[in-house]
Amino acid sequence: MGAIQNIVDDGLGGMDHNFVTARIEDLVKWARSRSSWGASFGLACCAIEMMGTGASHYDISRFGMEVFRASPRQADIMIVAGRVSQKMAPVLRQEYDQMMEPKWVISMGVCASSGGMFNNYAIVQGVDQIVPVDVYAPGCPPTPETLIHAIETLHQLIEDGEIMHRRAANNGGAGVELTSELSAHTSVTIGTK
Amino acid sequence: MSDSADTVENAVETQHGCPVQDSLGQRVLHVTRDQYVSVIKVLADEGYEMCVDLTGVDYLEMPHRTIGFGIQPERFEVVVNLLSLSQRKRVRLRVQVPADDATLPTLFDVHPGTEAHERETFDMFGIVFTGHPDMTRILMPEDWDGHPLRKDYSQGSIPVQFKGAHS
Amino acid sequence: MTIISAGTAEGGQELLSRSELTAKELLREVGSVLRMSETEAALLAEVETEAPEDQTMIINMGPQHPSTHGVLRLMLELQGETVLRCKPIIGYLHTGMEKTGEALTYMQGGTNVTRMDYLSPLNNELVFSMAVEKLLGIDGDIPERAVWMRMLLSELNRMSSHLLFLATNGMDLGAVSMMLYGWREREDVLRFFQKVTGLRMNHNFIRPGGLAADLPAGWRDDVLAILEGLPSRLEEYDILMTGQPIWRERLQGVGVITAQEAIALGATGPILRSTGVAWDLRRDMPYLHYDELEFDVIVGQYGDAYDRYSIRFNEIRESMRIVYQVLERMPSGDFRIQNKKVTPPPRARIDESMEALIHHFKIFTEGFKVPEGEVYVAIESPRGEIGCYIVSDGSANPYRMHVRAPSFVNIQTMPHMMRGGLVADAVAVISSVDPVLGEVDR
Repeated sequence: MGAIQNIVDDGLGGMDHNFVTARIEDLVKWARSRSSWGASFGLACCAIEMMGTGASHYDISRFGMEVFRASPRQADIMIVAGRVSQKMAPVLRQEYDQMMEPKWVISMGVCASSGGMFNNYAIVQGVDQIVPVDVYAPGCPPTPETLIHAIETLHQLIEDGEIMHRRAANNGGAGVELTSELSAHTSVTIGTK
Repeated sequence: MSDSADTVENAVETQHGCPVQDSLGQRVLHVTRDQYVSVIKVLADEGYEMCVDLTGVDYLEMPHRTIGFGIQPERFEVVVNLLSLSQRKRVRLRVQVPADDATLPTLFDVHPGTEAHERETFDMFGIVFTGHPDMTRILMPEDWDGHPLRKDYSQGSIPVQFKGAHS
Repeated sequence: MTIISAGTAEGGQELLSRSELTAKELLREVGSVLRMSETEAALLAEVETEAPEDQTMIINMGPQHPSTHGVLRLMLELQGETVLRCKPIIGYLHTGMEKTGEALTYMQGGTNVTRMDYLSPLNNELVFSMAVEKLLGIDGDIPERAVWMRMLLSELNRMSSHLLFLATNGMDLGAVSMMLYGWREREDVLRFFQKVTGLRMNHNFIRPGGLAADLPAGWRDDVLAILEGLPSRLEEYDILMTGQPIWRERLQGVGVITAQEAIALGATGPILRSTGVAWDLRRDMPYLHYDELEFDVIVGQYGDAYDRYSIRFNEIRESMRIVYQVLERMPSGDFRIQNKKVTPPPRARIDESMEALIHHFKIFTEGFKVPEGEVYVAIESPRGEIGCYIVSDGSANPYRMHVRAPSFVNIQTMPHMMRGGLVADAVAVISSVDPVLGEVDR
């Protein structure tokens, strides 16, 4: 407390020592949360609201996220915006696998979070069946304010390090285990009476 | 007796050999499978240049429906909507397709724009369009089993458990 | 064989009648569409062949791609940088909406249908409501104010959809600042929608029988504010894009389609109008009260991407003209039909009257029953002709609900437009077709 008061009174001249210590981890987390780039995974109506959030009125550039990288290798956050159909699910997983650690997922909208109003054969009931989700943003579609709230919640979680603790305990975050019975060409027979 | 039967028969309007029905002010032609392509070709000559829509209906849950005009209703129906740009009018054709022989000739040669519609009808109902250049699924994954819009294919909904409700 | 003779400068010619024209004659190049299944394409890659100079390559564009306007996948057969054949693969957004429509009542149907073309949701709701009203037999009894309100919202939706087209078209071709400008205008319209309907998108506001609520107080000033702010901005975009040499180079002559091809493929909307065919359902088969309004139908000449861009640009101006006329002529009255079967009672009466409560309950849970029949109704959405075909079996749920989505059919024109162009032109073509994958896949 005294050190801070000195700085407040005298500026940098008030410092007793000429170095300050902190943890690199804190610095890294601070930087990560303020410059996370999104992977563009806009699927349906929520993608339009996501683009609206990136536009000038709601501007997520002030949170460091205006860049939506097309290549998942260069992105940190995957915002799954829209309904994920059965045909799209493997593509989603492939996208997620291509992203480099550390990576986070925001499930935007009710269709991505739980299947939304489409409780039927065609839509995956919640994207968390495929990828681990960190923040869910409800709404159909969520207004840009809701999405910004979700992004800021995620940024706070990144800065606190909560997620990295859970990840370490949870073996990398991908709780999905592929057993040998699952082959790529299994035909799906849900829904037939 | 035979006179009145004749007059009743003559009162039914036909166009190119197909009975015409007025459905809420819209003109509907009931076509048999054999007449299907030729009637559409003749209509194309008459000015119905564009085929706007081609879709199917599964009447499994309405087995006792009647169409009239001496037409035997089948399980599937293919509905084609034609539009005449020059004369600003529409006509609708309905073809009955039986369940055990769910095939129909393709309209690709007359109206190439039906390619995607016929693929979708095949995907959703299982009606095969003979002569179609690419009869594969278009909306569902290529190895999907079943035809979703059939009435004996369930919605596929998962029972939703609400918090606090008795399970 | 029907012989039609035409007198031409070279003497009498024999023309084939329309019924004898097959796909080979109607389309310039039937080979534009790559008819190969995905597994075949994948196997091709594994086959090792000597690589001659002119070997063609099949690559995938999408489904996750910044420029494919959603989850559209294109299998492009390339020779170097030139696109030979193309196959659009859709279904990545298939939501089973037609199946869901059979499980929902007619009152709930709007929520389902509105999410198909999510850029012009009010048009989807409008066509669905019009089809249901026709089945019910009340399509002639919709109050005047409801009809004019529907036109107002429909035209504002057309404006916001075309503004989004300008934004994405700009971004796809490299004018990234256009993305921000287009969204800025769109926000004004969406804010108005939020004031009127409660939601920015997917409103479920146009319902069978009329609309869900009346226009709020002060709506005229809001609409005038939007209309007055637009013209100067549109001129800015004119300077930024229309006259600019790079823009013209990238769009003129790219993605050409002929009128015969467009009609043969069933394309409608700006694609058909860009080839010179002046077909707009608002003028040629008018619905609502469009026959009482003055507006022009914008038609192109060359059938290329530049024409489609100009058509949509000027359609914003035409929609503004229509909205001005609607503002002047908006009548007073009910915003929905006062038909006990279809209209729920006003909320205040529910507290007072038991019948009103039961009536409200029945309409929202059980739904209203619609007489047996089948009907097809079509309107002009920003992308072309959107139609709704409903078969009713007399119950409260549709027996079959099918929506004829314009983008589903317009996508078939893409291989023909892309043939012979470069990959960069492919992006321009997709952008000029302006597909919305929600309605393509439903």
